[in-house]
Amino acid sequence: MSAALPARRSEDRTERAADGAAALLAIRDLRVTYRTEAGALHAVDGMDVDLAPGEFLGVVGESGSGKTQLLLAMLGLNAPGARIDGSIRYRGQELVGAGERVLRCLRGARIAMIFQDPMTALNPYLTIGTQLTEGVRHHQGASRAAARRRALELLDAVHIPEPERRFAQHPHELSGGMRQRIVIAMALICEPDILLADEPTTALDVTVQAQILALLRELRTRTRAAIVLVTHDLGVIAEVADRVLVMYAGRVVEQAGVQRLFEHARHPYTEGLRRSIVPLAGPLPARLPSIGGNPPNPAELPPGCPFAPRCAYAFERCPTAPPPLAPVAPGHLCACYYDGPRGRIR
Amino acid sequence: MSAPPADTAGPAPLPAAPALEVSGLSVRFAVAGAKRWLQAVDGVSFSVERGETLGVVGESGSGKSTIARALLRLVSATAGTARFRGADLLALEGPTLRAMREHLQIIFQDPLASLDPRMSVAEIIEEPLREFRPALDRAARRGQVLAMLDRVGLLPAHLNRFPHEFSGGQAQRIGIARALMLQPELLVCDEPISALDVSIKSQIANLLKDLQLAFGLSVLFIAHDLAAVRFSCDRILVLYLGRVMEIASRTALFETPRHPYTRALLQSVPVADPVLARARRAAPLGGEIPSPLAPPSGCVFRTRCPFAGSLCAEEVPRLRPVGASLVACHRAEELAGLPRNGG
Repeated sequence: MSAALPARRSEDRTERAADGAAALLAIRDLRVTYRTEAGALHAVDGMDVDLAPGEFLGVVGESGSGKTQLLLAMLGLNAPGARIDGSIRYRGQELVGAGERVLRCLRGARIAMIFQDPMTALNPYLTIGTQLTEGVRHHQGASRAAARRRALELLDAVHIPEPERRFAQHPHELSGGMRQRIVIAMALICEPDILLADEPTTALDVTVQAQILALLRELRTRTRAAIVLVTHDLGVIAEVADRVLVMYAGRVVEQAGVQRLFEHARHPYTEGLRRSIVPLAGPLPARLPSIGGNPPNPAELPPGCPFAPRCAYAFERCPTAPPPLAPVAPGHLCACYYDGPRGRIR
Repeated sequence: MSAPPADTAGPAPLPAAPALEVSGLSVRFAVAGAKRWLQAVDGVSFSVERGETLGVVGESGSGKSTIARALLRLVSATAGTARFRGADLLALEGPTLRAMREHLQIIFQDPLASLDPRMSVAEIIEEPLREFRPALDRAARRGQVLAMLDRVGLLPAHLNRFPHEFSGGQAQRIGIARALMLQPELLVCDEPISALDVSIKSQIANLLKDLQLAFGLSVLFIAHDLAAVRFSCDRILVLYLGRVMEIASRTALFETPRHPYTRALLQSVPVADPVLARARRAAPLGGEIPSPLAPPSGCVFRTRCPFAGSLCAEEVPRLRPVGASLVACHRAEELAGLPRNGG
């Protein structure tokens, strides 16, 4: 094991405060809207997120839930035509509406991204070494030799065998798992405070996924960067996340610590997702509990709670207005009017 | 359901015979620009019993989709036989092959890509009847289409819509309706739920199971998702680099996996329980599946196997009974005594 990854920068330690103002990243009422022929498409429809230094935040959602748009908004990389409203503050600095110059200084340097498909994230024409050192050369003005040294350290840190040889190779010469390690090394090379990972293991085989998840767990203790991992797989969340946001139709519907979320899920959607997982051991149901219907089209969201049309507990109030994300226990928020048999309206 | 039509090739098989019996199936591809062969499937034998769902699991490059394609004659097998309805599927040609397709249908992974965007749902579901039941008149066809639509959970109002108007789950229902229209004897499902959203997967898994029981289908279920396989399959075949590692009943495979690769696969699946997930933390299996252009000598899994010994490099392990399973591992008996996390 190498010591390539330095300890966290000292100023982070002073930022343990829980309120949004002191968070590493504070997102308030974020909206990402696209104009389409069918009208406004609300990809992200009012989200509040706080990210503390060093935490591992899992974001679960299905296609169309807005989870990727959320990540892209943190980098100012949503597709042209996206309208971004609300606020994203990184160390107090507002990113919404910030100029390209400001964002370019942050991207890759302070906030880095690991994409889903390592093959398309890498340039097939350039050597691993060139791609790996581009970030430090650009952001930190490192010399060629220093950049190379740093890159080799990083390759070692992500457990790439024979780093010297890999440095000169092209992406097609590496396996899928190896490529994803390269992409992770690339994201880490400038020692970012925040690492965004969009379904980083979905394109990988299950034995390789286990390796990459183990690597992410190891890195978070060594780099102390905050990690935001977006996935559709609750199993992946259970393996790595400290805290979880569950997204549905562009909103956070539930938010809790990982153990709390799996043991005391309060939102009917979270509960439905959890129950539909087939266990690999123990009793097997004859039929899988499933959530009826289909996820809504983001261009035609139902009024009120977007999950209401599929919800077994929906009642008169649900279609009237979207339920606010409100605390149900310390550190546990849920956006649902139904409060179990004890009483319907909170 | 209705009796099989009388005009099929060969005599009707005995009820006890498997629906499909594959023996020594091999498929290799010539590699362009190099005088080399890529051995995608290497001497695979298995059977699908009547009314049974046999799962084929493996990672990418294991050859699982190639097996499906070879059986459907979309790629040619280099060796082997596949007994189906009294004939060798792999040797049929021309009209007899075409006639056999009536009894052998497939559901694809990507539901939208497998539906013709220019055809309405009614046309898509009706097409098999037009091709194979020319005697049916329009009204009779429509009746069968409506009945099937209901079985797969679609509405008559959907008939005149086009594939792009449907979500992934609904499109897969259309694909299932099309595949079942002729009441095939064998249904090949190539990753039928892996492209679907999490909340939709279980709907489609339940639907496939219901239909399999209702129609008495024999199913070859190809998947990489072990949880899906556990729910859907009666028996499971584990494939690695084109070879069978283990064949076992669902219970035997998940409770007493015999092959080191099966064990590693089961340990790699993320557990949706944070306490358990953090408690078990076995070291993941190292390395990745080797290139099928240069497979390891002896046992193909030995380069990643924590238990590999010298014999494993020299001799290809035969598939043989160990406990309630068939296992291709020289050391299966020794390993049987080890705890599940042994390694």
